[in-house]
Amino acid sequence: MSRARYKGAVAGSGTFSGAGFAVKLVLIALVDALGVFGVLAAWRAGSWGILAATVALLAAANWVYFTKRSLPLKYILPGLAFLLVYQVYVVGYTGYVAFTNYGDGHNSTKEQAVDALLVQNERRVEGSPALPLTVVESGDGELGFAVVEDGAAEVGTAEEPLEAAPDATLDGGAVTQVPGWTVLDRATVLQRQDEVTTLRVPVSDDAADGSVRTQDARTGYVFQPVLEYDEAADTMTDTATGVVYTPNDEGQFESADGEVLPVGWRVTVGFENFATAFGDDRYAGPFVKILLWTVAFAVLSVVTTFALGMFLAMVFNDPRLRGRKVYRTLMILPYAMPGFLAALLWSGMLNKSFGVINQVLLGGAAIPWLTDPWLAKLSVLGVNLWLGFPYMFLICTGALQSLPGDVYEAARIDGAGKWRTWRSITMPLLLVATAPLLISSFAFNFNNFTLIKMLTGGGPRFDDASVPLGHTDILISMVYNVSGLDGSAPRDYGLASALSIVIFVIVGVISAIAFRQTRKLEELS
Amino acid sequence: MRRSILLASALATTLALTACGSGEPSGGSTADADASAKPSASGSLTVWVDETREAAVQAAAEAYEAESGVDVEIVQKNFEDIRADFLAQVPTGEGPDVTVGAHDWLGEFTANGVVAPIELGDKAGDFIPVSVEAFTQDGQVYGLPYAIENIALIRNTELAPEAPQTYDDMIAAGKKAGTKFPFLIQSDGDKGDPYTYYPFQTSFGAPVFEQNDDGSYRPELALGGENGEAFATWLGEQGEAGNLSTDISYDIAVEAFAKGQSPFVIGGPWMLEKFQDLDLAVDPIPAPGDQPAQPFVGVQGFYVSAQSKNALLANDFLVNYLSTTEAQTALFEAGGRPPALVEAADKASQDPLVAGFREVGATAVPMPSIPEMGSVWSFWGVTEASIISGKADDPVKAWDKMVSDIEGAIG
Repeated sequence: MSRARYKGAVAGSGTFSGAGFAVKLVLIALVDALGVFGVLAAWRAGSWGILAATVALLAAANWVYFTKRSLPLKYILPGLAFLLVYQVYVVGYTGYVAFTNYGDGHNSTKEQAVDALLVQNERRVEGSPALPLTVVESGDGELGFAVVEDGAAEVGTAEEPLEAAPDATLDGGAVTQVPGWTVLDRATVLQRQDEVTTLRVPVSDDAADGSVRTQDARTGYVFQPVLEYDEAADTMTDTATGVVYTPNDEGQFESADGEVLPVGWRVTVGFENFATAFGDDRYAGPFVKILLWTVAFAVLSVVTTFALGMFLAMVFNDPRLRGRKVYRTLMILPYAMPGFLAALLWSGMLNKSFGVINQVLLGGAAIPWLTDPWLAKLSVLGVNLWLGFPYMFLICTGALQSLPGDVYEAARIDGAGKWRTWRSITMPLLLVATAPLLISSFAFNFNNFTLIKMLTGGGPRFDDASVPLGHTDILISMVYNVSGLDGSAPRDYGLASALSIVIFVIVGVISAIAFRQTRKLEELS
Repeated sequence: MRRSILLASALATTLALTACGSGEPSGGSTADADASAKPSASGSLTVWVDETREAAVQAAAEAYEAESGVDVEIVQKNFEDIRADFLAQVPTGEGPDVTVGAHDWLGEFTANGVVAPIELGDKAGDFIPVSVEAFTQDGQVYGLPYAIENIALIRNTELAPEAPQTYDDMIAAGKKAGTKFPFLIQSDGDKGDPYTYYPFQTSFGAPVFEQNDDGSYRPELALGGENGEAFATWLGEQGEAGNLSTDISYDIAVEAFAKGQSPFVIGGPWMLEKFQDLDLAVDPIPAPGDQPAQPFVGVQGFYVSAQSKNALLANDFLVNYLSTTEAQTALFEAGGRPPALVEAADKASQDPLVAGFREVGATAVPMPSIPEMGSVWSFWGVTEASIISGKADDPVKAWDKMVSDIEGAIG
């Protein structure tokens, strides 16, 4: 294309006139509308990172589609934006979590952990009565409580301990009027509920007597804090024993003799998660077995599904076969079913005593399809073959139909037999077209969590291991288990992220090597 | 050229803003207008429920809305998702004010600081004691209980007119009835079902954890030792005799009982709707050991978020509106779970089946809510299953290995 023509084409599409520009303007307006909405929502939620990212993406979109200098970007930008949001961000966040101790007991920020510890350790004074309570306000706007104890009214605020108010009016056991105070109605109480729930009215001048607080603005109870937080020194003190807890590197309050308070917060812990991942002896044995099985499972799955898919594709590609379209449609059916549902159905059908396979097809045989280590592996591969061959069938059919007819003709003229033609022409050409898909299929099966979880749940268990892992567990289901996401251990998102990064590296390396190998294939064509 | 980009961008953004203009800013101002006109509408309460309780909570919420003028927003979620979502969302401030939940989530919730204690005051005495006990940790109550669930022996009175006194009686009666199975108990394949098998285990005096005087558990395993080994031996014998089988899943057990293939099934009130054509009785679970067979009790209730901006509303709603007999009865009618409030439970006990479950529940023990329990389940069930199926040749050895594995996992 000559430079002049190229310029002319761009100018034609880029001028401010014409229907094309109007359409573009409307589309960008829609994008901007969505962006501005996102910015406002992020502003309100205080998510500054999201706000900055949205503004940046929005600015980029406007620049790219209104400038004349970025033709390629016009095509790439949407994909790039989604890549950033759904891939790069997620990978980055996983990487970040891998270096923190996010998990059970370290679920949140320090501020919230302090709040939770204080609220959990404020105890009702034993034997103290339930006090009918009314929220009142003094002339200068200070909130107070008016309570009834043994039929007598008392009023107090955070500063002034409860004092008898003999001239208060009582109705139905609660104070309805106190001279010098305004009784707040329900609506006002609800509006100021934060102040009401945080208000502590001391019972007497002695702090050890405790203070009245309320949770529903109807009844008050005398409470006594067990823990006190000193903001300046950043320490927790147990009021009963006097033990002082200071924050440690693990994100917990720790006393001098090593005792920790239960609620912690999230902190970065460096490479500790990676050390844990490889440091636990109990996992060392099972890990090797599971790694081998994972690789075997992924490779065998790809090989078996590809072999069956290709065989069927070649059979149904033969013009002599009648009703090919009907068969082809039937072949694709397993592919149309959701994988997790199919796996669940299969696990029912393979039940040793009541499954269809044993009961109906095998006349009541008691074959332990899912409970014998080797048969379970075979069942997993078999079900995955059933689930996966239609995909291979589809891509092979497509690839076969696009093979050039002239090479076959040449082969026939050269006197090549059927086997020779298949080995030297069909197979290599097919592999050129499908190799990248086979590699991605390998990566998919390497992490085929749904199938394992739904079909065998990783079982049958290793008899000789001390961890709840089994013969059909693959790495990703092991991660799910080890990091407690299945509930069998305290949840540890940090460890889970660290382990998934390890898996990512393994899959990445294998895929990179495989891609390098396929480049040799491409030289054929 | 630069200017044209700016111009076009400005044009597009203006268009966009005009488009939003009708929605966003005016939406904000209407809210302001509402707030100034009606001061009572301050804040709204968000409650998470699952579909079986939505209608009942909605009814209580309407009563509350009428009194306080507050909006109560009921969000329906899958029960299985609530636990993890609550843990993840409360710290971000996106969580609800109140959520429905099971008592055995408590340990995890307090360790992560996502729930706030509630003060039931004198109302605590109106509830069946085990239900408040279950929501108590370290002397603080963290949830408003509303339902108690436990398993019992469901008997088909046509096939077995008498309630069996011991386990052997039951097997004999089951064999005499001439049905396909002498009795039915579910198991999740080779993962086992320690929850349903627990009453048998307690009858041998091997509870899972040591219990404190106030009913709470401490993380010291109690299922090992001589008693645990006796239970393991019994499991092995019964598996060999064919009375226990790991292949009977929940669905298979329910279907077989509904078809009259067995006079007995061990299960909970959630099974009953499948047995509507049968004449039933609910009896205590017969003990194979020499101590009473105590099943686990699960208590359902409502938690208040530690980060709730409407703590006062949330507590008021729970303590004063969901603890009434009407609300608890409505929840019972909606979900079929026997109420935790004594008065509502009495009302529900007019149904002899509900009364039967309640009677068994009165002697039951709460399911441990300490976080260590999570590590127990996965070893426990698999070991029981492998003993029953005969995969583990030596039940005692398998049981002892399980105990040491759990100790390793708890750390």
